[in-house]
Amino acid sequence: MSILGNRVLRREDPKFLTVGGTYVADLALPGSVHVTFVRSSMAHARIVSVDSTYAQAMPGVLAVYTNDDLGLPKFPTIMGMTNEAMTPPMLASGTVRYVGEPIAAIVAESREIAEDALEQVVVEYEPLKVVIDPVKARTDEDLLFPDAGTNTSFSLDFGGDETLFDDCEVVVELTLANQRVAPCPLEVRSAAAHMSEDGRLEFNSSTQAPHGVRDALATFLDLEPDQVHVVTPDVGGGFGAKGAVYPEDIVVGWCAQKLGRPVRWTETRSESMLGLGHGRAQVQHVRIGGTREGAVLAYRIEVLQDTGAYAGFGAVLPFMTRMMTSGPYKIPRAECASYSVVTNSTPTTAYRGAGRPEATAAIERIMDLFAREIDMDPAELRRRNLIEKDDFPYTTPVDTVYDVGDYHRALDLALEVAGYDDLRAEQVRRRTAGDVRQLGIGLSCYVEITNGLPDGEFGAVEVRPDGKVIVRTGTSPHGQGHVTAWSMLVAEQLGVAIEDIEVIHGDTDVVPRGAGTMGSRSLQVGGAAVNQAAVDVVEKAKDLAADLFEADRDDIVLDKANGRFHVVGTPALSRSWAELAEAAAKDGTALFAEVDLASPGPTYPFGTHISVVEVDTETGKVNVLRHIAVDDAGRIISPLLAEGQVHGGIAQGVAQALLEEVVYDLDGNPLTSTLADYSFISAAELPSYETRFTETPTPVNALGAKGIGESGTIGSTPAVHNAVCDAVAHLGVRHIDMPTTPVRVWSAINDAVTGHGTAKGGR
Amino acid sequence: MQIDITVNGTAESHDVEARTLLVYYLRDAVGLKGTNVGCDTTSCGACTVLLNGESVKSCTVLAAQVAGEEVTTIEGLALEDGRMHPVQQAFQECHGLQCGYCTPGMVMAITSLLAENPDPTEEYIRLGLEGNLCRCTGYHNIVAAALAASQALEMRQ
Repeated sequence: MSILGNRVLRREDPKFLTVGGTYVADLALPGSVHVTFVRSSMAHARIVSVDSTYAQAMPGVLAVYTNDDLGLPKFPTIMGMTNEAMTPPMLASGTVRYVGEPIAAIVAESREIAEDALEQVVVEYEPLKVVIDPVKARTDEDLLFPDAGTNTSFSLDFGGDETLFDDCEVVVELTLANQRVAPCPLEVRSAAAHMSEDGRLEFNSSTQAPHGVRDALATFLDLEPDQVHVVTPDVGGGFGAKGAVYPEDIVVGWCAQKLGRPVRWTETRSESMLGLGHGRAQVQHVRIGGTREGAVLAYRIEVLQDTGAYAGFGAVLPFMTRMMTSGPYKIPRAECASYSVVTNSTPTTAYRGAGRPEATAAIERIMDLFAREIDMDPAELRRRNLIEKDDFPYTTPVDTVYDVGDYHRALDLALEVAGYDDLRAEQVRRRTAGDVRQLGIGLSCYVEITNGLPDGEFGAVEVRPDGKVIVRTGTSPHGQGHVTAWSMLVAEQLGVAIEDIEVIHGDTDVVPRGAGTMGSRSLQVGGAAVNQAAVDVVEKAKDLAADLFEADRDDIVLDKANGRFHVVGTPALSRSWAELAEAAAKDGTALFAEVDLASPGPTYPFGTHISVVEVDTETGKVNVLRHIAVDDAGRIISPLLAEGQVHGGIAQGVAQALLEEVVYDLDGNPLTSTLADYSFISAAELPSYETRFTETPTPVNALGAKGIGESGTIGSTPAVHNAVCDAVAHLGVRHIDMPTTPVRVWSAINDAVTGHGTAKGGR
Repeated sequence: MQIDITVNGTAESHDVEARTLLVYYLRDAVGLKGTNVGCDTTSCGACTVLLNGESVKSCTVLAAQVAGEEVTTIEGLALEDGRMHPVQQAFQECHGLQCGYCTPGMVMAITSLLAENPDPTEEYIRLGLEGNLCRCTGYHNIVAAALAASQALEMRQ
């Protein structure tokens, strides 16, 4: 019987539950000194001077470094695509461009002294004009990088077909915000570094990509990659924002080199809210057209992406948005154009979904408005336009090729679980009765791209003479449960107990290569690599067994139930994995296989989410009553882990729809820079979820699996957003921008019923 | 200043700065790293421990304030025979943790909550956990773990 598809409890858990994980800040580093960063209090200013005289004179302060002291190059562009003038320096150089930008690094004997010293560094600024609104940034009236001559950091200048909507009976337009949010992993950024006795840089990092950190340190500090050893201990969440290397990481490594002392850095939460990359941050203009019978014929989206102060990964997020332009619908004509602009705010980066939630949010919101315009039920409109299961592989108008799917099945199941017709009846009842608490029902049909980047992955399996199986992987889990999942894959192939399997990750000396964990790639590339290595090691074991039994290679059988090899027909005479590993050791080899699996290519998970909300029309308060999620990520290896991924994604998605937003004032001052100010969603604002999986295996990879890490976020946000707007639609409210906070919902209702124009909510 | 606190049943005595918060007393002086720091505004609850059996956020308590009192951390929760406490057990069985960072605080908060109300409703648990943030689980399985633990504890009695 296969272990795959069964509910296997996590092997990781006992440690976390009894003594806690070991995060970077928990590591013992005797004699270590502490780094803190002087950060800009201005959103845009010329640095006149940095006076660290007093700080340097404090007992226990070792040094204060500015960018000039470091002499390190700027960060490179993203894959050569972003504007070269807009990449970040290590520390601010001449100009600060956002509140929180690191200006100087203080090294002191203790964290307390380093923090006290922060207050003794005097930075004199000459204010410059602040650009905080991306719409204004696009006009290039005030420039962040005068040398660049523009605020645009990256663009996908496609489309502009004037005839796109010519045959449409109905055309609906909307400008909507996909607001800036903060990823907020519970563990903030942290690093520790020291030089080993043999002169190598030993570096601990809270990252999603240890090999990426190794390579970046080597590049910036002018070392060979093998002179850098990165170890990633337990990581307290990442959500995309720990996929990139930050200037602070490099500075910590530089300080360890420079001072020859162990160095550590852990930011505060309030620093993290400004320093860790933000997510989303798009303004979208969408237009949809079709017939009164509900055939969608044309769709256009124009994206304005807020890059923040420097062009990092956030600048290229629209690339993914564009790939998913037309969503799960068979739309004959669809276009996407995007413009990424710099503003005086924290740089944006990947955040759970990274460009795809934005695409889904746009099309799902306008689908609801289109349905309303032609007076059709939104579920029916979706049903009429979903791509049919026989259409795959399906090439969209922007040339994305969806692998496989059964979108109608997911929609139908979601409607059934929700009891859709009864919900609509209850809604009518409350509307007719004029209840204070109105019911909203929101749908979201989504398709998204996982494993969208081209990287392959490393995987290795070794069976040792003591019977232990050592698995090494280039993926770098930070909560996903790879130790359990990869153990299941190997146990399945080898027929050994998962307790006999050790999974090693996050150590660049032990795992030679790896692309890390991001973009919902891990199972379909990293897991597939480990799976292939396990298949290969079985083949090697059969070679050894053939020699030992003096039998034909093709007659060797692995009895997976017992983890033993024998010749076909003579099971009584068998050898264990340990015995074969012993035999290999005697030959001076190892029972070992390693694989560098090229990426099998992207896959396209899909599903339907339905949200049921209650809106208090007197206060604007939204209460999520139910959330139904039907997701299809191909074959499910671990239902326990897959469900957990969906749960977490839903919460983050609901958070964006209802609560969370990074807010700046017009001077670029952050108003949400602590967890007391930022509306991080809690258990009190959420229901338990109703999750279901349909399984449509993908032909793209050997496991038949698609990524499930981000689907929850992608599917949930538009469902909740649509539900809130649906609850008050009958009062004359057309649209409310996210987050649909009580004040926005109340204002929208108030505007509608008092006739003060359509509710803005935003733009 | 010298501060004596009983931590997980062991008498601890350490010379620390007067401004030392309980969480840093536990982490740096005692050396128990299971209790985590997740914010600087008493918002996240990652640092939750039990003070005389009741949950407190140890980032908002000075070590000096609790001199002479009893503190229990995640390291001290397991049963005397080494088995996991029913709340810990329920977290594993219900998949109530992913990255593990909020977990010690969540487990301690729920332990305290169940001591206060052994038979809570889902709503009671959700409101009771408002001060403990988790970014990974969406809370679904944490709430399920709390409900499962309440049943397990009831059966034990």
